[in-house]
Amino acid sequence: MPLYHTEDQAMLADTARSFMAEEGAIAKQLRHWRDQGCKDGFGHGLWKQFAELGLTGVLVAEADGGLGMGHVEAGIVLEEIGRNLTPSPFLTSAVAAATALGAGNAELRGRYLPGLLAGESVFAVAIDEGPKHRPERIKTRAARAGNGFKLDGAKSFVLQGGSADMLVVAARTSGNDDDAEGITLFAVPKDAAGLSQDAVRLVDSSMATHVKLDGVLVDADAVIGEVDGGRDLLNKVLAAGRIGAAAESVGVAGGAFDMTTTYLKQRKQFGKLIGEFQALQHRAAHLYSEIEIARAATIKAQQLLDGGSDKAELMVSVAKAKAGKAAGLAVKEGVQMHGGIGMTDEYDIGLYMKRDRALAEFMGDVYYHAERVAQLTGY
Amino acid sequence: MSDLDAFRAEIRAWLEENCPAEMRQPARDEDDVCWGGRNFQFKNEAQKQWLERCVAKGYTVPDWPKAYGGAGMSPAEAKIWREEMHRINARPPLSSFGIWMLGPALLKFGTEEQKVHYLGQIARGEIRWCQGYSEPGSGSDLVSLQTFGEDKGDHWVVNGSKIWTSYANKADWIFCLVRTDKANKYQGISFLLFDMTTPGVSTKPILLISGNSPFCETFFDNVVVPKAQIVGELNRGWDVAKYLLGHEREMISGAGGNDRLNTLGPVLSRAGLEDPLLRAEIAMFDVDALAFSAMGEKFLDEAKVGKAHPAQPNMMKYAGTELNKRRYELLMAGGGSAALEWESEASDGGSKARAWLRTKANSIEGGTSEVMLNVVAKRILDLPGA
Repeated sequence: MPLYHTEDQAMLADTARSFMAEEGAIAKQLRHWRDQGCKDGFGHGLWKQFAELGLTGVLVAEADGGLGMGHVEAGIVLEEIGRNLTPSPFLTSAVAAATALGAGNAELRGRYLPGLLAGESVFAVAIDEGPKHRPERIKTRAARAGNGFKLDGAKSFVLQGGSADMLVVAARTSGNDDDAEGITLFAVPKDAAGLSQDAVRLVDSSMATHVKLDGVLVDADAVIGEVDGGRDLLNKVLAAGRIGAAAESVGVAGGAFDMTTTYLKQRKQFGKLIGEFQALQHRAAHLYSEIEIARAATIKAQQLLDGGSDKAELMVSVAKAKAGKAAGLAVKEGVQMHGGIGMTDEYDIGLYMKRDRALAEFMGDVYYHAERVAQLTGY
Repeated sequence: MSDLDAFRAEIRAWLEENCPAEMRQPARDEDDVCWGGRNFQFKNEAQKQWLERCVAKGYTVPDWPKAYGGAGMSPAEAKIWREEMHRINARPPLSSFGIWMLGPALLKFGTEEQKVHYLGQIARGEIRWCQGYSEPGSGSDLVSLQTFGEDKGDHWVVNGSKIWTSYANKADWIFCLVRTDKANKYQGISFLLFDMTTPGVSTKPILLISGNSPFCETFFDNVVVPKAQIVGELNRGWDVAKYLLGHEREMISGAGGNDRLNTLGPVLSRAGLEDPLLRAEIAMFDVDALAFSAMGEKFLDEAKVGKAHPAQPNMMKYAGTELNKRRYELLMAGGGSAALEWESEASDGGSKARAWLRTKANSIEGGTSEVMLNVVAKRILDLPGA
């Protein structure tokens, strides 16, 4: 399969581009909600608009009423989200949680997917348990209790947990903290007794929670997939979230880069446009190259994932790491090349820097994924 | 089964039957490469067989038209060919500047007669070509070249000299930039082809820091070149030259999958990997290497259907060569003192150290990294005054 978009995908990209540039623009969404101190960090009206375009169902099977598309298509939407810094539950709900729910039984899918498709529900994924992404080690416990399970533990960096109607929680139903097996995913309703969330605003104005699970009782039908056999499903959720985050990072990089090159063509110093200086030209050209390579790695990983290739896992980590590197460079060069105004809140380039930092941590940073590349290639 | 699946099955079966076992391992160095040409000595019978079998099917240049010695594959088919070759680690049956550089230029600018004649020779590996571009006074500023062809009616008489002519001493013919109008800088250059055995042509190898001599100085002393041996229009050779440079840069970038794209970690010794900081740098390198291999694939896919920016080969060349230099720095660091050996048997005559030094030319030959960045800034980013 060639590494560029098909005609259908190019049409989706056009739709997503104009929709996000118009409705998801920084002034209309990110700044608007931030300046109001919005407790969700995003607008529910926009989430409804996502649904009207069918986007909330991009990864939901057609049999369940979704578009039944793949990670290439989800990535197309996420790149535009990244470019416009559009705050939305798309990555957590429509990509990560939807991937988990897709493996659930018909009853579970029927309970949650219609709300997602209508843009009325928001879901979060609760995986991390500390400040760094370490999904190999899951301490949160779920013990059999009556007809269901009792969950005890703590989760952190649960993006949009406070806005979510349901949390996908990765817990251990058997074995030791570091065991690969013995994992089960649960769909925990927001109002479950014993579930408490401590909401924090993050550097990029998004909202996350620290979750406490204190003897949370759920029925057996809250189990997504198989009891004790959830590691593969968790890996699927992680792959979806990671490649999604990579695509969003490529968008963040592209947005910051476009702003910066535009500025290089406008700002005059020493009687010249600063874009005439070779010192800046070479840095801009290098940055262009890094972003192009990150975009190539990302679409490659998306295609491998959609095709069910056994190389997908490696390439997803390559893409997450490379997109993180490229976006990190784009925002740092962006602020530096903007000079003083790059440090002001009024100017958008700093918002790109903030979003990049949050995305970099989401589901594993560049170091985590470089380590995975080493391990997956045998060293 | 779709047509492409059937095609893949056919290619796979053909390769299984026809690619000799000895050709299913990456070339270790330039000595292992089949360059073709009048004086080429095959390293072994397998190399000869592999070339002959591919020539018969047009597989040395799979995406060239059949009329010119190719197999007429579509972009999707050529991609399958590359993937199937890669799957069994097959070496290219033939490597040459004719395939990578002159061929594409002839396909675009050559007359029908030139295409049939020269492309067929290239496809069959009969003629080995070298490239006469750089001159002692014209490196990055190539367009200032001075080698002059004086108009003598039905031929030119060429005088001047070239430098960094790769394998000029082994090549049969040269494609050469020659000034045919001294008054006009850009539109005063013509793109000429001539036989290296023509009286007045001489070459002198240049010893490099690697201890090898892949490049030569090439001298022209009243060399007679018939008028029919021009590609494109008189004085418009710069257009041909630029187009060809795109292909040269693509080739040097390593796009299209050769062994330089492989990850580094698995090939390094345990000793090298036991150093945690070195291991970390290697892992970061491998991220970049695997990402760049996807870039190479994407670039080729897009180039074949005209979706790539025409200046994109410059980006590819910049990124690919800088990556390759980094690769060899890490190979040397990983090899430690063993990699320093220059003349021992254990080091195969210092192959690692020599290859490391050789890579330093990657970001100079075919346009320096700095020139590549200039071109990207100007033609892709449209920055002012670039």
